[in-house]
This record gives sequence, C-alpha cells and structure tokens, in this order.
Amino acid sequence: MTKVTMTVNGKTVSGEVKGNTLLTEFLREDLRLTGTHVGCDTSQCGACVVHVNGEAVKSCTMFAAEADGAEVTTIEGMANADGSLNVIQQAFQDYHGLQCGFCTPGMVMSAAALLKENPKPTEAEVRDHLEGNICRCTGYHNIVRAIMAASGQDVPAVAAE
Amino acid sequence: MYSFDIQRPTTVADAVAALATDEALPLGGGQTLIPTLKQRLSAPSVLVSLSGIAEMKGVCTGDDGALCIGGGTTHATVAREAASSYPALASLAGHIGDPAVRNRGTIGGSVANNDPSACYPAAVLASGATVVTNTRSIAADDYFQGMFATALNEGEIITEVRFPVPEKAAYMKFEQPASRFALVGVFVAKYAEGVRVAVTGASEDGVFRWTEAEAALSSNFSADAVPAAPSGDGMISDLHGSGAYRAHLVAVMTKRAVAAAG
Ligand SMILES: Cc1cc2nc3c(=O)[nH]c(=O)nc-3n(C[C@H](O)[C@H](O)[C@H](O)COP(=O)(O)OP(=O)(O)OC[C@H]3O[C@@H](n4cnc5c(N)ncnc54)[C@H](O)[C@@H]3O)c2cc1C
Ligand code: FES
Ligand code: FES
Repeated sequence: MTKVTMTVNGKTVSGEVKGNTLLTEFLREDLRLTGTHVGCDTSQCGACVVHVNGEAVKSCTMFAAEADGAEVTTIEGMANADGSLNVIQQAFQDYHGLQCGFCTPGMVMSAAALLKENPKPTEAEVRDHLEGNICRCTGYHNIVRAIMAASGQDVPAVAAE
Repeated sequence: MYSFDIQRPTTVADAVAALATDEALPLGGGQTLIPTLKQRLSAPSVLVSLSGIAEMKGVCTGDDGALCIGGGTTHATVAREAASSYPALASLAGHIGDPAVRNRGTIGGSVANNDPSACYPAAVLASGATVVTNTRSIAADDYFQGMFATALNEGEIITEVRFPVPEKAAYMKFEQPASRFALVGVFVAKYAEGVRVAVTGASEDGVFRWTEAEAALSSNFSADAVPAAPSGDGMISDLHGSGAYRAHLVAVMTKRAVAAAG
C-alpha cells in the first residue's frame, strides 16, 4: 500500500492505495464520490472523465498512485458555490442533453475541458471533441446543442448533417 | 489486474535503476498498458511510472534543426507544441484517439508498443527519425522489427525521438471508426535527399516503407506519380477489411497524403 494525497474538488484528501488501484476506484469507493461513472472500464466510453491538473482524463485508465499530489476535479465539484447547477449542467437540463444520465458526468467534464480551451467552439469542434464520450440514449444532438448554449452561442436548430 | 507496486522516479537514472528489478515494466501514459493489465495479459511485479520525469517531457529544436520530442511527452502536447515546426506530425498527434487519451498517452509508449495500426510509427519511419534511449540512438530503419516488435531491450527506456523536419509532409489516416486507430495510415515526407513513404495498419509485418512509391515520388512529387496499389499478400485481413482492400487503401491514402502535402 502507498499513501496518496491529492486535492479533490478543492479539498485535500489522503488514502492508502494499492499499486493497481485505479483513480475511479479511489474516487468512487474510498472517497464515495460516485458521480464519476464506469461505463466500459476499457477506456472507450468516457463516462469516467475527470480533470487532473486541469486536463480531461479517463479515470478508469489512470492509477490512483499517479494522481498523488495532483488537483482532481470531478462532477461533484462542478456546481456553483451556492449549490446551483453551473452553466454547462443547466444547459444539459434546458436542452434535454440527457436521458438516463449515465454518460452525463463524463460529457459535462469533457465539455468543460473544451470550453476552457475554446470558449466558442463550432458545432463540428464540439462533435470532434466528444469523440471519446459515448451516449446510448440521446443520439448526441441535444448534447451538442447544450454545449453550444453553454458557450453562449446560437443553438443549431437541427444538429444533424 | 494482478497485483504490483508502482514507483514514481523523477529522473531517468532512477527509472533505469528501478527497471532492473525482475518483471518490472515502464508505465507511460497507460493508455495501452492499463487495458492490457486489466485483461491479465501482463503480470509485472513493479510498474515504473515515467510520468514524473521532467527531463523526458517537452518539444524543442536541436542544434541540427531536428525536432526533439521527449519520450514522456503526451500526444496533446505534441499537437500543440509541434504545430509550427512540424505541422504534419502535430496533426497526426492531434488525431490519435480522443482528447482524454491524448492527455495521457505518450510518444515513447506508442513507439515502444509498435502496434501495427498505431499512427506514430508511420511518422517515425517516414521521417527517418532517431529513437534515443537511455543507452543508445537507434535509426528508425533498424528500430521497427515487425508487429509489436522493436529493437528495444528489456528495461530500455525511450527518452527522446528526433525528427529531421521535411520540406513537405502529410499523414492521411483511414480511421477504423470504432477504435479510431488506422485501418490504413500513410505518412509521406519529402526531404532534399528524396521522399519517404511509411505505411501503418496494413501489413502483417507492422509499419513498412513503400519503396516503389518513394522512388516514383522522389522523381515526381505529385499524386499522379503514385504507383498502382501493392499486392494484398501479407496484408492484414480481418472483419474490418480484406488484405486486398487494405492494399488498395495504401495507394489511395498515399495519393491523398501527397496532395495534402502540396
Ligand atoms: C480509445 C483509444 C484510442 C486510441 N487511438 C489511437 C490511435 O488512433 N492511434 C494510435 O496510434 N494510438 C491510439 N491509441 C493508443 C495510444 O496512442 C497510446 O497512448 C499509446 O499506444 C501508448 O502510449 P502510452 O504512453 O499510453 O503507453 P503505455 O500504455 O503506458 O505503455 C505501452 C507500452 O510501452 C512501454 N513504454 C511506455 N513508455 C515507454 C518508454 N518511454 N520507453 C520504453 N517503453 C515504454 C510500456 O511498458 C508498455 O509495454 C488509442 C488508445 C485508446 C485507449
Ligand atoms: S469507464 Fe472509463 S472510458 Fe469507459
Ligand atoms: S443519457 Fe443515457 S447514456 Fe447518455
């Protein structure tokens, strides 16, 4: 076992992990932050996306020991300070960007990473950026619309090409 | 996964020392190795994480004008930092997998793994790059030795890859839509000494140079000069495409790459 210390959603946390403990396991099972989902566990679906030192990563494909000393943000850290939904989360609600909601934490974390780097993405850039996030329900159009809305841009009426 | 320890050295020397342990393996970005460990296809006793080694990260231009990329540099960093010096290479890095994979996966891991459908091996071979390890420098032509096989010895770490910058270059990838790896990918690079063409995704022997196309393009660098498709013998044949289909794609993607290089 190794001791790890990291900042998760602004709070310093420590724990004992094994070499093969994944970051998802540490977040979900040790810290009980179950908002980060595990869809595939094979780095395909993106439900587990969190930010490590500001960069989107698949937490099912990173060891907890490698996040020692890092700043981690999960979906639980995305709400506004008063607990209300942040602009991306609110847009997902407003534009029906979710149905079952399983992919949503990863979608929101990926969207947040995109908008930080590229505050006014084109629709094509949004779709391209979501390459690693799979949704079984929505058909993606409303997710793309939500992210366009969250970026303060006009929302495409029909997103499909 | 079987159980193992993780070590996080901060220098190449400490990593090399840690790798001297029996059954120790280097861990780059883990984007290939972690899925492999989950399938219990590998059972290391120790993983030596290279992600904390600052001297293995970054992109710079060497005295000879070559672009030097640290072995621990992520695909996302190459996409950003090589964009002005070697745009074809930056674009290749920027189209590997998806953004989260690019934030972890490294050039050293990709080149060490030498997946027959991976993108970087095509760039390394077409650029006549040099793979630098903790003990030696290996020319690309000697480095790749067939599917998943390389000149690396056990415990040897790729610390840097040096790319001579071509006059013109482009990489064209026909994506396998589910995995986003190359069904066939062709990297064309034009140097003063001649043109090099490297093909990934197609051959059962892994990445290879299409010498016929190199000869034709060295005398006439235009899409029309690309020869007829090579034979489908020895090309990968699977549910995504037959050997003949891949052979056909080799010529098509070469033409597109030459056209894109301009
Ligand atoms: C969803 C998904 C999509 C992908 N799409 C593509 C794609 O389109 N094109 C593509 O080319 N790749 C793709 N990949 C693979 C990706 O590029 C990996 O990052 C890369 O193949 C391995 O790099 P890594 O740093 O993650 O290495 P790891 O997974 O950590 O290691 C891979 C192997 O290399 C060894 N190793 C690692 N670093 C070094 C080093 N510096 N020196 C010596 N040995 C080392 C390890 O011991 C291991 O055997 C994809 C991966 C995923 C998960
Ligand atoms: S659970 Fe991590 S990518 Fe699917
Ligand atoms: S809303 Fe159900 S998977 Fe996306």
